[in-house]
Amino acid sequence: MQLISCPWCGPREEVEFHYGGQAHVAYPDDPAALSDEDWARFVFFRDNPSGPFAERWSHAAGCRRWFNAIRDTRSHELLDVYRMDEAQPARTGTS
Amino acid sequence: MTTDRRTAVPPGADLPDHPSFLWPNPDPAKSYDVVIVGGGGHGLATAYYLAKVHGITNVAVLDKGWLAGGNMARNTTIIRSNYLWDESSGIYEHSLKLWENLEAELDYPILFDQRGVLNLAHSLQDVRDSVRRVNANRLNGIDAEWVDADGVQELCPIVNVSPDVRYPVLGATYQPRAGIAKHDYVAWGYARAAAAMGVDLIQNCEVTGIDTVGGRVRGVRTTRGRVAAGKVALCAAGHSSVLAAMAGLRLPVQSHPLQALVSELLEPVHPTVVMSNAVHVYVSQAHKGELVMGAGIDSYNGYGQRGSFHIIERQMAAALELFPIFARAHLLRTWAGIVDVSPDASPIVGLTPIDGLYLNCGWGTGGFKATPGLGDCFAHTVAKDKPHQFNEPFTLERFTTGALVDEHGAAAVAH
Amino acid sequence: MTANFRLPVGGRVNRDEALRFSLDGRPMLGYRGDTLASALLANGVHQVATSIKYGRPRGIMAAGVEDASALVQIEEPFPEPMMSATTVELYDGLIARGLPGQGRLADRPDPARYDAKHVHCDVVVVGAGPAGLVAALTSARSGARVVLVDDQNQAGGALLGSDEYFDDLGSPAAWVHEVLAELRATPGVLVLERTTAFGAYDDGFLLALQRRTDHLGAAAPKDVARQRIWRIRAKQTVIATGAHERPVVFADNDRPGIMLAGAARTYLHRYGVLPGRRIVVFTTNDSAYTAAIELAETGVDVPMLLDARAVPPEGLVAECAARGIEVRAGHAVTGTEGREHITDVHIAPLAGTGHPDTIMCDTLLVSGGWNPVVHLFSQLRGALRYAPELGAFVPGEELPDVQVVGSAAGALDLASCVRQGGEAGRAASEAAGFTRPAPVPLPTSDARVAEAAAMVLWQVPEGAEPTADTRFVDLQRDATVSDVLRATGAGLRSLEHIKRYTTIGTAHDQGKTSGMIAAGIVAEALGVKIAEQRPTTFRPPYTSVPFAALAGRDRGELHDPVRITAMHSWHVAQGALFEDVGQWKRPWYYPRPGEDMADAVLRECRAARESVALMDGSTLGKIDVQGQDSGEFLDMLYTNMMSNLKVGRIRYGVMCGVDGMVIDDGTVIRLAEDRFLVTTTTGNAAKILEWMEEWLQTEWPHLRVFLTSVTEHWATVPLVGPRSRDVLASLAPELDVSNEAFGFMSWRDTVLDVTGGVAARVCRISFSGELAYEINVNAWHGRALWEALMAAGEPYGITPYGTETMHVLRAEKGYPIIGQDTDGTVTPQDLGMSWAVSKKKPDFIGKRSFARSENNRPDRKQLVGLLPANPATVLPEGAQIIESAHLPEPPVRMLGHVTSSYASAALDRGFALAVVRSGRDRIGETLYVPVADDVVPVTVTDSVLFDKEGTRRDG
Repeated sequence: MQLISCPWCGPREEVEFHYGGQAHVAYPDDPAALSDEDWARFVFFRDNPSGPFAERWSHAAGCRRWFNAIRDTRSHELLDVYRMDEAQPARTGTS
Repeated sequence: MTTDRRTAVPPGADLPDHPSFLWPNPDPAKSYDVVIVGGGGHGLATAYYLAKVHGITNVAVLDKGWLAGGNMARNTTIIRSNYLWDESSGIYEHSLKLWENLEAELDYPILFDQRGVLNLAHSLQDVRDSVRRVNANRLNGIDAEWVDADGVQELCPIVNVSPDVRYPVLGATYQPRAGIAKHDYVAWGYARAAAAMGVDLIQNCEVTGIDTVGGRVRGVRTTRGRVAAGKVALCAAGHSSVLAAMAGLRLPVQSHPLQALVSELLEPVHPTVVMSNAVHVYVSQAHKGELVMGAGIDSYNGYGQRGSFHIIERQMAAALELFPIFARAHLLRTWAGIVDVSPDASPIVGLTPIDGLYLNCGWGTGGFKATPGLGDCFAHTVAKDKPHQFNEPFTLERFTTGALVDEHGAAAVAH
Repeated sequence: MTANFRLPVGGRVNRDEALRFSLDGRPMLGYRGDTLASALLANGVHQVATSIKYGRPRGIMAAGVEDASALVQIEEPFPEPMMSATTVELYDGLIARGLPGQGRLADRPDPARYDAKHVHCDVVVVGAGPAGLVAALTSARSGARVVLVDDQNQAGGALLGSDEYFDDLGSPAAWVHEVLAELRATPGVLVLERTTAFGAYDDGFLLALQRRTDHLGAAAPKDVARQRIWRIRAKQTVIATGAHERPVVFADNDRPGIMLAGAARTYLHRYGVLPGRRIVVFTTNDSAYTAAIELAETGVDVPMLLDARAVPPEGLVAECAARGIEVRAGHAVTGTEGREHITDVHIAPLAGTGHPDTIMCDTLLVSGGWNPVVHLFSQLRGALRYAPELGAFVPGEELPDVQVVGSAAGALDLASCVRQGGEAGRAASEAAGFTRPAPVPLPTSDARVAEAAAMVLWQVPEGAEPTADTRFVDLQRDATVSDVLRATGAGLRSLEHIKRYTTIGTAHDQGKTSGMIAAGIVAEALGVKIAEQRPTTFRPPYTSVPFAALAGRDRGELHDPVRITAMHSWHVAQGALFEDVGQWKRPWYYPRPGEDMADAVLRECRAARESVALMDGSTLGKIDVQGQDSGEFLDMLYTNMMSNLKVGRIRYGVMCGVDGMVIDDGTVIRLAEDRFLVTTTTGNAAKILEWMEEWLQTEWPHLRVFLTSVTEHWATVPLVGPRSRDVLASLAPELDVSNEAFGFMSWRDTVLDVTGGVAARVCRISFSGELAYEINVNAWHGRALWEALMAAGEPYGITPYGTETMHVLRAEKGYPIIGQDTDGTVTPQDLGMSWAVSKKKPDFIGKRSFARSENNRPDRKQLVGLLPANPATVLPEGAQIIESAHLPEPPVRMLGHVTSSYASAALDRGFALAVVRSGRDRIGETLYVPVADDVVPVTVTDSVLFDKEGTRRDG
């Protein structure tokens, strides 16, 4: 039951947000050029660390904006939130 | 303990005693033929079948905490095999058949109770999907029926089948051979039997690394020292990604909290198991009388064994829609497990690119019911270095080829 | 006759308000302010229930939530299972029954209401005992918004069970009253009585259950929520939840009449009730001396106090001596006698000199020390530390924004409690941004302070292992010391295993008194230190919470919003039956008197194919896509090209997931160079909008595109059939409806001759193969449009139709319904829609997946039509398709399944759509469909079964 700080709206109840999985997984520049293995990695494989995790959330019941967060998956604590156009804070070790 | 003092015991309120001896607590040896990482139901069952069927007894089961203290201790114990696809129904039905003889096999009162499972349909599309699954099940030799709303009420009179509720019950699939069992008893039954055949059950022993040389596994590093192993089998459910990463292996699974809860002990009111995927309610009444309920998966990744309470509140609202008489039952305890969910909601069981390293993960919410079947098949895979026919479809490679076994896409219910 | 154990004066009950109640059919009287337990004790009733396994009589052992044995079923005014008699506030007409183990649910619906409220505050204080009160008042004086939560019907906490003299103020009650009065008068302060904080979560989130009308019984107002869940978000949390007294385990420690010493004080001072007339006290610490002394002062016979410690506290011993209480040091209770009630206590020296003895009594008070109530702290994942001086776990670390004070932190004297409360209140308000508050003067009292260290004693040792052990560790589970030893003997080491083996701690009280003792006995048995054991986890809820309270108001019609269209009332008036599609209610079909569904659907279908018919299509999802890069954006989302669509034109489009499977379809109309309107399936509208937003915002934020849901802005009516042009023409005087001027897959804006002129957008699209127009107007005018169309179409017998007819008409044309004919494993190619997959676009979502080996297998399941050999047959949807005319033994190879199946008026026969392995190669083949005990032969056909040439489209 986190209080999540939307970078646009400020702290709001977790129920207002939708989860979007790992952040910074770019859509491939040229999918056609990828091998089946590499394409499968993009489609199905995501990091799943126990610890800080850069991930995406959307303020679905608020401003409807997507943003990124660093959250510790052990404690669920949000360590950072940042806008899509901001760089990932240096504190996390995950890709 | 004498039984003559037991008077006026409410029906079902008492449970059978556990045996007076379960397992020794050995220190880890230097080396094993097989090390199984994860002492949950799957790890213990795999150890049991390795010893029993394949005669491989120089085996250690390592657990970072207490045996069967992860998802095995936290699930809602529903057992069924009425999955849509041939691949899924194959392994789950294999498992159900083993369940049917497990009490005798393990000589342990596991309270396996084939009270039947109803999967409710609330929309016309639910009905189509349900009938499709029933037909597929029957052709696969699995007991399955479609029952209409009146049939649901006959099987479980406390379900509100009134057409006037928000999402009326239009009918259900029914698997009479499905049911529940007592999870601790199952795990301990496997543990005791495996230990008796020479398997070392080692607790409070966390694996911190997997050693490989030239693409072949050599052993594991643990909080209790290095343990050499000819083969290493991963049975770590929600922690599979973390473990696989120690061997440089990336898995297509995500770990999520899955919550469950119980009520106080109640007089018997609920004769079967009712699942409603549409409204995320899974209810049975356990042997002692408590209502056991599972909720939907929390959306975010989490290793904290705790979920968000609004999921429980939502689940209660949905449960009371279906079971109005539960209004004044009390929530006694909530908890959460960590389920590893794969993209197609089907498990990943088999070989890995690393020789001697075997993978069993991605069961999501289906792990408990698969315990005997998975144990048998995974032991076969480890012993023969080749998948059993029932886990052959569940390769890691399917995500590359696209040969998924898409159980959620096919709207077959989870849990 | 009922014995009267109520003192003539004293206690905080209202003796002017007598309440009738009964237990197991025995009528009794109590007072307003009693609990069921205190009223029973006042009537001399100790036994409440019998135990679950052994049927042993069980009584009242505590005065609060920690009680492990006084379980009742409430029968009237409304059945409620398994309540502790110590927590049920007495009301008139209460009928209860002692519970041996299983509660009983009502067989009728609960008429009560439940709700939930959110509150945000700076500081939440849990517990209105001395520590909590001082904390709350200190914070309140700083100007902080404070919520004070307490589970009793009045503040005071442990003070309610005491009669110390407070300096300057007199009784503790007077001090509590003053503090509460100031709190209540302070703006921004909320005091919640009868409210149990049961769950503590991250970021200062606390859940509490308020019992608002339970204490009123049948007199509870029907329009007031019986119970309320408070969802409290606080910047700072102060946990002042007190401590629970811990018993000591000895043989036959479960008889009615055996009670915790502190509970006896509560019954004496709060309720004016004596637990008995001849009372023996057994303690390991100083606190129980006060109980012995106070009871003796009321005139009760207290012959003996047994102190397990070899050296008892001198001052307290002297006080006892002055009141005729013999203190036997180094002694313990080794057993008891009695059936429904204790009659004798067997005692013996724990070590050293002395001899066993037996003392007559009707009450035995026990104190084994105090367990801080660390549940909420532990729920927050605060680490616990074993405090050997207490024999209990205490908070073992600092948590940010959380403070634990008073007895909950292990402080067992008033001075420490109020000091900690004041410090916590000040720290919390400062952390929440408030300046130093005016300090609250701390009360001091004349309460006895502990002289000597407590002894930690889990159980009174027994010489020989008993054959039938009656040393109960968990009374409710009937679990004994032998059970614990049996578990350790079985090889179990973890407390979690032992808990499961013995079931200790799993009952209604969740081990509040038994958990610590079990841990102690296990440590002794294994020869390990308790501090090295991991305590079992405290999980929410702290006390049990009714399901209905958690469900709150999200029930019945409020369970999930019902979405209805602007024309809904018309459909209802016409007797339509409805289908739930997502949250929407959609007309399913409109039966006329005497018609069943099949009749109605055939009639509706005929009308659409032969004349004119209309349906309510307002539920289709509609997304307004604006911005310069809209075309580029839609090109990525749809499998086909959208950027080259001309303004004024419409194109059908398919969307796939990244895995290449179809997720939705609909029409895309181009309103302007930089504006499109996209439609989605009814059930998927929200999901598709989110899907589009996700790609736009997270992958292509550089695209200048804005997405807005406009589903509810529009009322949408497909007008279908050969006469639809005539009907439209009569309502659209300004619109040239000719095929030449208004061709297929184009749209026009016009003004309809409806209630003085209504702007409309008319799209020439068809989901039935017939000449058809989709008329869109502002939702305000939906019903007027509908009625105008009905009137204008009257000469042609215009017929409203529902989703079922819509499904039949589209299936005759082979148009799939996404989600019915597809299941997440179907590609556009599988649907025969390669024509809708652009070959020109370098990329779109899902394209790369089409190249995987699995996607190019010749035996993929493909959408085809099926014609049953017998034209009268309508196959069941969901039926499976096999190759052989006779059903072989399982497992049977399945080729696919029937996705849609109907009786067709146009074809005058049954037909179906199906996905079949290599389906398109099998056209013309005979396959088989098992139906019940039969196997039905079917011919595989193209999926388009009606008007293959498309001759009807233009009218």
